[in-house]
Amino acid sequence: MPSPRRLTLALPLLLAGPAFAQPATNGPLLAQACLGCHGPGAAGQDGVPAIAGRPAPELVAQMTAFRANERPGTIMGRIARGYTAEEITAVAAYLAQAR
Amino acid sequence: MTQTTRRALLGAAPALIAAPALAQNQGQARLVVVGGGFGGASAARFARMSYPWLEVTLIEPKTRFVTCPYGNLVLAGTRRLEQISHGYDGLRARGINVVHDWVAGIDPTARSLRLRGGATLSYDRLILSPGIALRWDALPGYDEAASEIFPHAWVPGEGAQTTLLRRQIEALPEGGVVGLAIPANPFRCPPGPYERISMIAAHLKRHNPRAKILAFDAKNAFSKQGLFQDAWAELYPGMIEWVPANQDGRITRVDPGAREFESEFGTRHKVDVGNVIPPQSAARIAIEAGLANASGWVPVDPLTFEARQAPGIHVIGDANIAPPMPKSGYVANSTAKQAVASVAALLRGEAPPPAPVYFNTCYSHVGEDYGISIVGVFRPNPDGSGFVETPQSGGVSPRGNHPEQRRLEALYADAWYASITRDMFG
Ligand SMILES: Cc1cc2nc3c(=O)[nH]c(=O)nc-3n(C[C@H](O)[C@H](O)[C@H](O)COP(=O)(O)OP(=O)(O)OC[C@H]3O[C@@H](n4cnc5c(N)ncnc54)[C@H](O)[C@@H]3O)c2cc1C
Repeated sequence: MPSPRRLTLALPLLLAGPAFAQPATNGPLLAQACLGCHGPGAAGQDGVPAIAGRPAPELVAQMTAFRANERPGTIMGRIARGYTAEEITAVAAYLAQAR
Repeated sequence: MTQTTRRALLGAAPALIAAPALAQNQGQARLVVVGGGFGGASAARFARMSYPWLEVTLIEPKTRFVTCPYGNLVLAGTRRLEQISHGYDGLRARGINVVHDWVAGIDPTARSLRLRGGATLSYDRLILSPGIALRWDALPGYDEAASEIFPHAWVPGEGAQTTLLRRQIEALPEGGVVGLAIPANPFRCPPGPYERISMIAAHLKRHNPRAKILAFDAKNAFSKQGLFQDAWAELYPGMIEWVPANQDGRITRVDPGAREFESEFGTRHKVDVGNVIPPQSAARIAIEAGLANASGWVPVDPLTFEARQAPGIHVIGDANIAPPMPKSGYVANSTAKQAVASVAALLRGEAPPPAPVYFNTCYSHVGEDYGISIVGVFRPNPDGSGFVETPQSGGVSPRGNHPEQRRLEALYADAWYASITRDMFG
């Protein structure tokens, strides 16, 4: 198929500062990536903390700090720098209401 | 979402509304998933939980799935095979129809598949995650019979290969030589051979400290190379010799009877234990269904994972062509979810979810309480021809003296294993 869907791939990369970011619409799907380490329901797994049910602004602040190398971590800085502010906002909004 | 994507989406939707399978099925649509490993189990579980209107069937011959991940720790003696084996009761309890059989053939036109046991099954959409095949014709001297002497332990099956290699390493004569033959790219789990070297070394350091590991490689560089080599020098000084392709490291023939590897320039290397990781391709079913190209792997649409050769069949996991993403369990799990969401959308006549992000973290254990990792965050590229890694992100653990980081990463690796296997089978 000469895919019109390819047009949907334009990347909203790094457009706005995190505080003013409009959430991306695909938060629930993006948040799926967290579950491989943070456990089913993002409820935590062994030494990896629960991230579900935490206030969205807190999650955004932490991810933003990881992204800026302001918060020490083992791998979260490398991960956070892979997501736009809009995506971080959307994931945080989803996780905040997930239980 | 930006203006551009919103407009593009509206434009895209009408084109995709053709022939929704749902209309005929009154709320039920049949998703069949082939392969109950990292991609397939993740897909079946996610489909069942997120889209309850889908009828999900999972076809997998084995009743217990032995993971490749943590198989290297079985070699080290720090895990037992039972601890890395998983059954399908959890998926059954979620309402997935689990069928233990082989798929013998696929008819993309009729949207049906044939099981080895004789039954025929129809589907509205098919997700295929059959993993890899070892290419028994690619390395002279190395066929299935040879793997009883020089185990590959790269496709665990019921676990016999891993158990065989473990026994051989335990029985290694004092001061003996373990040889590894490592293939060129692409292959399953780029850091896997080097984690294996480390875990064999961990065992030998304790039980056979004068033994040697000779690792022959068809490449000149490998994943997390600096970190692995730093750790080898620190933890196992003098034990490991890695021979790159440009120093005659490419093994071109093996002789299990004589227990010899032969490298490109004709040099013969005597080994006491030989672990041969042969060249690979997509699993047979993908090739026989005509989904692979001449490379032996399956080209896919980076948004929906539909095979370029057969829309309606979504191919995820190691079988597909997705560089720069590695052939890893985490990538299989992450892409499974976008494939399922695409299946659900397409069955409803909607556009597949736009702007996905695919995620990978591969931890490697290199010693006791010593873990390292590589992270990758990927997206479809703008022209839809493949995938790109997100700039300025991901990468490997820092080099240098970071004992706390190494200890934590070993701990988090264990949490990853527990977490992801629950996300597959729980
Ligand atoms: C030593 C080693 C260590 C690894 N460590 C890691 C790690 O730490 N982290 C990580 O992310 N990845 C790791 N990997 C990679 C990971 O194992 C693979 O990337 C992953 O298994 C790919 O998933 P898959 O679904 O494509 O294939 P698999 O998980 O292999 O599943 C395929 C399934 O399909 C079934 N099947 C095949 N043909 C048919 C058929 N015709 N009909 C029905 N069923 C069929 C098979 O029985 C199998 O169960 C490692 C690999 C190795 C070898």
